[in-house]
Amino acid sequence: MTPSNNSSRYTIRDREDFQLKKIFSHWETLLAILFVAAFIVNSLVLPNFFDLHNLADGTFNFSEKALIALPMALLIICREIDISVSGILALCSVAMGLANSHGFPAYTLLFIAIFTGAACGSLNGLLVTRFALPSIVVTIGSVSLFRGLASVVLGDQAFTSYPQLLIDWGQGYFFDLIPRQFIVLLFFVVLFAILLHATSWGRRIYAIGNNPVAARFSGVAVDKYRFMLFTLTGAMAGLAAFFLTGRIGSTRPNIATGWELEIITMVILGGVSISGGAGTIIGVFLAVLTLGIVNYGMALANIPGIIMTIIVGILLLVTIALPRLMNLKKQRK
Amino acid sequence: MNRLKYLQQREVLLGLMIVSLIVLVGLRAPVFLSVSSLSNLLTDSTLLIMLAVTQMFVIITRGIDLSVASNLALSGMMSALLASKFPDLPLLLIILVAITIGLGLGLINGYLIGYLGLPPIVVTLGTMSVYRGLVFVLSGGAWVSSHQMPAAFIAFPLSQLLGITHLVWIAVIVIAVMWYLAHYTHFGRDLYAIGNQPNAANYIGIPTPRRLFWTYGLSGLMAGLCGYLWVARYAVAYTEIAYGFEFTVIAACVIGGINIAGGAGTVSGAVLGSLFLAVINNALPIMKISPFWQSALTGVVILTAVMINARSNKKSSRQILPLQLLQKNAIRSST
Repeated sequence: MTPSNNSSRYTIRDREDFQLKKIFSHWETLLAILFVAAFIVNSLVLPNFFDLHNLADGTFNFSEKALIALPMALLIICREIDISVSGILALCSVAMGLANSHGFPAYTLLFIAIFTGAACGSLNGLLVTRFALPSIVVTIGSVSLFRGLASVVLGDQAFTSYPQLLIDWGQGYFFDLIPRQFIVLLFFVVLFAILLHATSWGRRIYAIGNNPVAARFSGVAVDKYRFMLFTLTGAMAGLAAFFLTGRIGSTRPNIATGWELEIITMVILGGVSISGGAGTIIGVFLAVLTLGIVNYGMALANIPGIIMTIIVGILLLVTIALPRLMNLKKQRK
Repeated sequence: MNRLKYLQQREVLLGLMIVSLIVLVGLRAPVFLSVSSLSNLLTDSTLLIMLAVTQMFVIITRGIDLSVASNLALSGMMSALLASKFPDLPLLLIILVAITIGLGLGLINGYLIGYLGLPPIVVTLGTMSVYRGLVFVLSGGAWVSSHQMPAAFIAFPLSQLLGITHLVWIAVIVIAVMWYLAHYTHFGRDLYAIGNQPNAANYIGIPTPRRLFWTYGLSGLMAGLCGYLWVARYAVAYTEIAYGFEFTVIAACVIGGINIAGGAGTVSGAVLGSLFLAVINNALPIMKISPFWQSALTGVVILTAVMINARSNKKSSRQILPLQLLQKNAIRSST
């Protein structure tokens, strides 16, 4: 239909036209291509790469981090950030260890971890909303508080001898093939995608990220959302603590050190804008998978993990610099 | 004027807190007040002070430099490797090399943030991983220990001039230079303008990209210098050097009342914030408090300091509700 046939002056379509070019300009498409490319290159170069059992085991490397990356994405979309997640995780793991050594039944450990995480997260949320503090400052302070409390309880000891249930969930498989963690991760990816992209709750998070003041004036309870998201992030860190503790079967003071930066990298690589208001769950998930495949391939090739940090760092820089560089070129022409 | 007064008060307050903390600890454990203990405290705090003072410039432009600790490790490792491979090189040259490496690494941040306009937190997060990884690549994961480094290389930071260690002298010079930079140069004043209102700064002709480029360069330069000093002082270089120190530096700035949202902060604040953290870190072992409490207490201190500082910001960030109340009052008073 051309505009001239229409009685009104403008045609406003309910949906944008299908354009191939548009699809390719999406960050998610590029990530998917990168993922497939990494997959193909790895399968060609590494003889043992395409082994279903190996591949499935490779997901252990990132499932726990990815569980935290999901709520972190919501936080960053909402212009906040949480540096304290690894501290929360450590404290949750310690809480589980304490409960376990006091003879709590195995299944309660999950709730203890999630509850501890939610409590830590709500402390962050409270400080950010009540005192109107920037979240980066609050969480830099609280990470040393959380990890400190964990080390106070632990001392130079470690909690071990966790019940079989934890080990089943941390290391076990469904159908003898797919790690349970990965299935749980998939469940949460779907859940978060629906929450963020198909509910008014999710739309409001974008609204807050784009313009908190405008969001407040249009009736969004901005601080309530912020508080909720911090609590949610803490709770998910607690869930991750449950899996990680089960997987390594012990709680040590240095558990999950440096994870906050890896998690934030996952989120940003997934196309979430650090200045808020943009990003998708599927992008984050694709970034997680891509990093996972690269990581797994490098592990198979016997390349030390620290080289991986260089590659991730460069990937992150190129990711954000490339669009800007291309724009600059366009402007010069 | 009023605001300036308040700022001054805050620093006076922080200074008083530090002094009373030192006295309180001294009452419990008199050893703490001895000259050697206090000069130890001063020496221990120098690296943190130097890094915090330059980080202050980054933070007042609304930026953050998470890569300082990695930059420090990389330039420290390179200077240690250089000194151990060529023991005959003059010390000054090695220090210059460390500074140059740090500057170069900082300028990479500066280019990406200043000229490409990328968000500082993401850029420095990326370079942080890259620099830290490069330390490993360069050293092959091996340590450079004290017997591999020339004696002069190691002796320099702790040797004394007029009874005061070189480290302290260097820190004093750095503080003086930074104070001059912040108060009396176009460069320093422009940074405050950029942090307060980036758009307005552009309109009045401040070359924001160039300023940011050199601000991150300055932060890198200081990390390079501290890299050498750190390696020489502790007489060892390894991959994990200063791991996590970037957060300590930022915490020192935040305690010193430097506004993370940009535009406000003083050199004396950064110095006092660092001293405050150093006093706590040095006092805990003397008070026989278990080292496991250290991180938890530091966390509490940071959060408390931030909350105290926040009282001044509260008004501006709470515009939304009061505005409505104001309108209601206006309506009421008009009728």
